[in-house]
Amino acid sequence: MSENELTTDQHEVEELQVEPEKRRDFLKVIGWGGIAGFIAVNLAAFVRFLYPRVLFEPPTTFKVGNPADFPPGQVNTQFISKFGTWVVRQSDGSFFAMEAKCTHLGCTPNWLEAQQKFKCPCHGSGYYITGFNFEGPAPRPMDRYKISIAEDGQLLVDKSIKFKGMPGEDSNQLYPQSLLRV
Amino acid sequence: MKMLDTIKRSVLWRSIFRREYKDTPRNRALAIFGNIFMHLHPVKIRDSAVKLRYTWGMGGISLFSFIILTVTGFLLMFYYHPSVEKAFWDMKDLEFQVPYGIFLRNLHRWGAHFMVIVVWLHMFRVFMTGSYKSPRQFNWTIGVILLVLTMLLSFTGYLLPWDQLGLWAIVVGTNMAAGTPLLGFEGPFSEYLGITPYNDVRFAILGGSTVGGNALLRSYVWHCVVIPLVAVVLMAVHFWRVRKDGGISGPHSS
Repeated sequence: MSENELTTDQHEVEELQVEPEKRRDFLKVIGWGGIAGFIAVNLAAFVRFLYPRVLFEPPTTFKVGNPADFPPGQVNTQFISKFGTWVVRQSDGSFFAMEAKCTHLGCTPNWLEAQQKFKCPCHGSGYYITGFNFEGPAPRPMDRYKISIAEDGQLLVDKSIKFKGMPGEDSNQLYPQSLLRV
Repeated sequence: MKMLDTIKRSVLWRSIFRREYKDTPRNRALAIFGNIFMHLHPVKIRDSAVKLRYTWGMGGISLFSFIILTVTGFLLMFYYHPSVEKAFWDMKDLEFQVPYGIFLRNLHRWGAHFMVIVVWLHMFRVFMTGSYKSPRQFNWTIGVILLVLTMLLSFTGYLLPWDQLGLWAIVVGTNMAAGTPLLGFEGPFSEYLGITPYNDVRFAILGGSTVGGNALLRSYVWHCVVIPLVAVVLMAVHFWRVRKDGGISGPHSS
């Protein structure tokens, strides 16, 4: 058998095998690709599944009562458990609503009337009545929500409008629009 | 004695136990090979494998605590409703009213603390003896995933009593998730990507914008079903690979 003949034989064999191998590769890609696609779509669906369309949570806009019910210089804590919000009336008579959430890691601080400060039970952050942080690990003042007067004369808190406390800044100065004077 | 012989010669017995247990090396090997549970274990081990001063037995103790937690956890599930109204009082019922409830709950809680400690010590031992090196790199990786699963089991279980300790632990823990770059609403770039408390990764964990009923239920499902199942599968792989990678590492392994 000469070298020439051998090459020709190999050629013929390869030509015969090209088609089935191509088909096999194609089917492999389609098959495994289909399985991978199926899994990917299902994973995506699972991630979407984790976000329900309807939330059974308290509304983000809520009324808290008539301005006259709030004595000046007082922190109202009765809306904490449902709405996570303090309604504060400062001694000058102005109102603001503050998110009851420590800016350190998000616990709910307590209002300590005798010491006139908010104190976080988790890691000891302390805030003045304005929400300004003065002790503990909290990095910035607490956030405020928009408070206004509704048509029926009640105070209306809107949690979708937020005034973010900035480090070292007094939110009274930084956000005059967070204050409501009646 | 005669009755025992009759039973052992019966078709039923022999259909379950394929061979006489004659204490020969071949039979001992076959007993391991032929059993679905034991075949994860090597047929033969070096005498160094039982040197407690070397292995500390921490891997086996981890498995042991996992089994205790599975059994006690399964029993606790009989009395526990994962709902805001009932969870805390079910836990109190278990403590004060259910027969052996206080024992089960305490065994589950202490066992959980124990397992976390033991798993860390197991990792420490494997690291200090260099047992993560070739050919065991893959098993080290499986082990790291199992460590993470142990921590996740611990974390999800923490919320279930629905007491102040667990509630605030989960508040703080999930707020950390909110700080994740690109995924959390308090993380870097969140304001540019329109990430809010209602579409970030924390929401997916809690099933809401705050720690509430959905968060409790999700914790429960992850804690009791998903994570244990994944852990069991990975544990099977882990033990199998110990065998396949040349047995448990010892002072003489090269």
